[in-house]
Amino acid sequence: MKKFLAAILFAPLLTFAAGIELHLDRAPDKSNDMAALQNGAKIFVNYCLNCHSASYMRYNRLRDIGLSDTQVKENLLFTAEKVGEPMKIAMQRADAKIWFGVPPPDLTIIARARASQSGSGADWLYTYLRGFYRDENRPTGWNNVVFENVGMPHVFWELQGDQVMGADHTLKLVKPGKLKPQEFDAMAGDLVAYLKYMGEPVAEFRKRLGVIVLIFLAVTFVFAYALKREYWKDIH
Amino acid sequence: MSCDDKVDCGRRRLLVATAAAGGVAGVAVAVPFVTSMLPSERAKAAGAPVEVDISTLGPGQMTTVEWRGKPVWVINRTKEQLESLKKIGDKLADPKSEKNMQPEYAKNETRSIKPEILVAVGLCTHLGCSPTEKFKTGAESGIEADWPGGFFCPCHGSTFDLAGRVYKGKPAPDNLEIPPHMYLGDARIVIGEDKKA
Amino acid sequence: MSKMTAVLQGTLNWVDERFPLTSFWKDHLVGYYAPKNFNFWYLFGSLAMLVLGIQFVTGILLTMHFKPDASLNASGVPVSFASVEYIMRDVPWGWLIRYMHSTGASFFFAAVYLHIFRGMLYGSYRKPRELIWVFGMLIFFLLMAEAFFGYLLPWGQMSFWGAQVIVNLFSTIPLIGEDLSLWLRGDYVVGDATLNRFFAFHVIAVPLVLLGLVVAHLIALHQVGSNNPDGIEIKKNKDANGIPLDGIPFHPYYTVKDIVGVVVFLMVFSVIIFFMPEFGGYFLEYNNFFPADPMVTPAHIAPVWYFTPYYSILRAVTYPLFGIDAKFWGVMAMGAATMVIALLPWLDRSPVKSIRYRGPLYKGFLAAFIASFLILGYLGTMGQTPVRTIVAQICSMIYFAFFLLMPIYSSLDKCQPEPDRVTSK
Repeated sequence: MKKFLAAILFAPLLTFAAGIELHLDRAPDKSNDMAALQNGAKIFVNYCLNCHSASYMRYNRLRDIGLSDTQVKENLLFTAEKVGEPMKIAMQRADAKIWFGVPPPDLTIIARARASQSGSGADWLYTYLRGFYRDENRPTGWNNVVFENVGMPHVFWELQGDQVMGADHTLKLVKPGKLKPQEFDAMAGDLVAYLKYMGEPVAEFRKRLGVIVLIFLAVTFVFAYALKREYWKDIH
Repeated sequence: MSCDDKVDCGRRRLLVATAAAGGVAGVAVAVPFVTSMLPSERAKAAGAPVEVDISTLGPGQMTTVEWRGKPVWVINRTKEQLESLKKIGDKLADPKSEKNMQPEYAKNETRSIKPEILVAVGLCTHLGCSPTEKFKTGAESGIEADWPGGFFCPCHGSTFDLAGRVYKGKPAPDNLEIPPHMYLGDARIVIGEDKKA
Repeated sequence: MSKMTAVLQGTLNWVDERFPLTSFWKDHLVGYYAPKNFNFWYLFGSLAMLVLGIQFVTGILLTMHFKPDASLNASGVPVSFASVEYIMRDVPWGWLIRYMHSTGASFFFAAVYLHIFRGMLYGSYRKPRELIWVFGMLIFFLLMAEAFFGYLLPWGQMSFWGAQVIVNLFSTIPLIGEDLSLWLRGDYVVGDATLNRFFAFHVIAVPLVLLGLVVAHLIALHQVGSNNPDGIEIKKNKDANGIPLDGIPFHPYYTVKDIVGVVVFLMVFSVIIFFMPEFGGYFLEYNNFFPADPMVTPAHIAPVWYFTPYYSILRAVTYPLFGIDAKFWGVMAMGAATMVIALLPWLDRSPVKSIRYRGPLYKGFLAAFIASFLILGYLGTMGQTPVRTIVAQICSMIYFAFFLLMPIYSSLDKCQPEPDRVTSK
């Protein structure tokens, strides 16, 4: 019976191949690297927060990644008055729609939304940010490997340089930018780490708390099991 | 049932009368309760026509506008695309648009007023998902090798051609709806209103 | 007796004269005799009750912060969607309560599916337990409605398009369909009116009926007594005091046993909540982190895992019949697939109840049924291809064959004799 159950459970997995694969580069895990997260926050505020809001993210929440209110106020607070305010932008949505075709999306939880069977949201963003290439058919002059006909121009082109899409569907750097490719990848990694953190600021605490809860439940299990044994010893 | 010693007919008549009155009261209350869930006056009023400017819509391009909360597509079809419409008649469920899914003035081969400009409600006639544009032709579209360009519904796989006509053997029964629309000059379209109105 | 006990006893007497507290306790816990051979499968009823409790408590707390409103706020995000993120970030412990509620929904279905499967394994729906089964199936239907209404509330992309598709299912009913779906939506498209009424259904109307049905399910159970893995009636063998020889008081024996089950359950529940709240996109779908956009359907759309077997059956019907569209028959097939389970008490003609004493025919059909159910569930999460459609059609046939052929194969089957007393395996 058990063997049989196992066979029917796994049958579907063998019968069908996986769906459409989107190749994504794996983003480095910097969830606990405070320096990287802080750098990512700085990049986010300087480059992204002009057009994209992060309207559920309060500035003072950055304390999670080791930034005090004073540090936030002095270095990052460009679009709000108080540290308790969310990361909004001055651009009106109606204007944005005229300029870009679609209003730039809010980025607070983009790292959660972009997850798929092909990889995590961080992987998608990491591939996206490094995947812009020159395409003269687009109004902005740019296209992207994972976001076809993307509306956003390549914001980091001065840093990364110009890439073109080769005939073999791989990207080639034809004009170097201010940063070396490794430096640019590291920078994109920091930004992605920040976006991932911002998607769910409580994530690291959640996992730490989970360990404690499970240890507690394991101990409770011992008591509960002993209690059950104690009562059931007179049932035959 | 007859009146005898066991059945008190006077009592029964009153029971029936009271129960009937109670039933009437129940129905009388149910009507406003059930009706309250129909669209409100506000919802009914929110259906104003929308205007689109198509002066910048190049050949082969498409734009989407919102009308009554639904996506309406405006597509400027190229010559090749229009030619392709003539060749696939036998693959379609209703190639001549005989079902009433369009106003009279759009009941033609291109399902439009001006041949190249298609105005269609972008909701699949199966269960109301919005199909995805698949304008690339052939195998590159990911649909089939001789795909002439059209639309693909991500929910249940229905396919439509560039006149919004549905392919045979797909879950969607009807062609895409063509909303009432008219031209104000060459490059302005009003959706939701036509000359008759 | 100490003075303290005397006071307590006095208070209890005072209550008992006015409310049947002690007799309730006796009838339903210490005096409710359950078969002593319950196995692991018998935990899922209690666990489903536990999840119901979790959903009520977390649901009430979420209601304090959630706003059902489809209009856009100053940042261009629907208020409803934003209020969920507000709960996740700004409300103290809001993230935990929300994850408990979203994970609880999936666990509710897992527990209920396993609970139903247990009933099928051991013939718990057979005479005299038909009404328990019917009440149970009504609970299952309402649970599906509850989950569906609740899924719209975050107003994400999957919420919106899921509701769009399901409400449009009703429009396939000939003649009244269009008006019916208009009445359900309260607008010409899924919108603010729909969101508000789904909220009302989700937080009050359905839970109220659900609770009443759970009570009816338990009253019916306690009227006839529990079945057991041997499928024999313990009431047939009673001692001089009229107590079943194979019965033990539910309390304390099954309460302490269920506590162990509850702790194990909570460990699994916690692993999901604390380490994988999205569960790979199956409990919280990734596309639902995008706010609803009535203009664009996501490229990959699938219902939440617990609906996928039925969704596959819906999609498997591709032929029109009697001049009515295929989509109407798809809806009918999907509805019939859920309803037919309720007919089991009248379809099963076997002389024995439990799988332990059934013959190879029933075991074969049950195995094929479970396999087809799982494959349908898997297919429902995937896009459609011609091959998958054919597989889904075959599996749907097996699904229905299991029920509709049951009167024949269950009476033909070679069963083993049932024992007189319960066994412990």
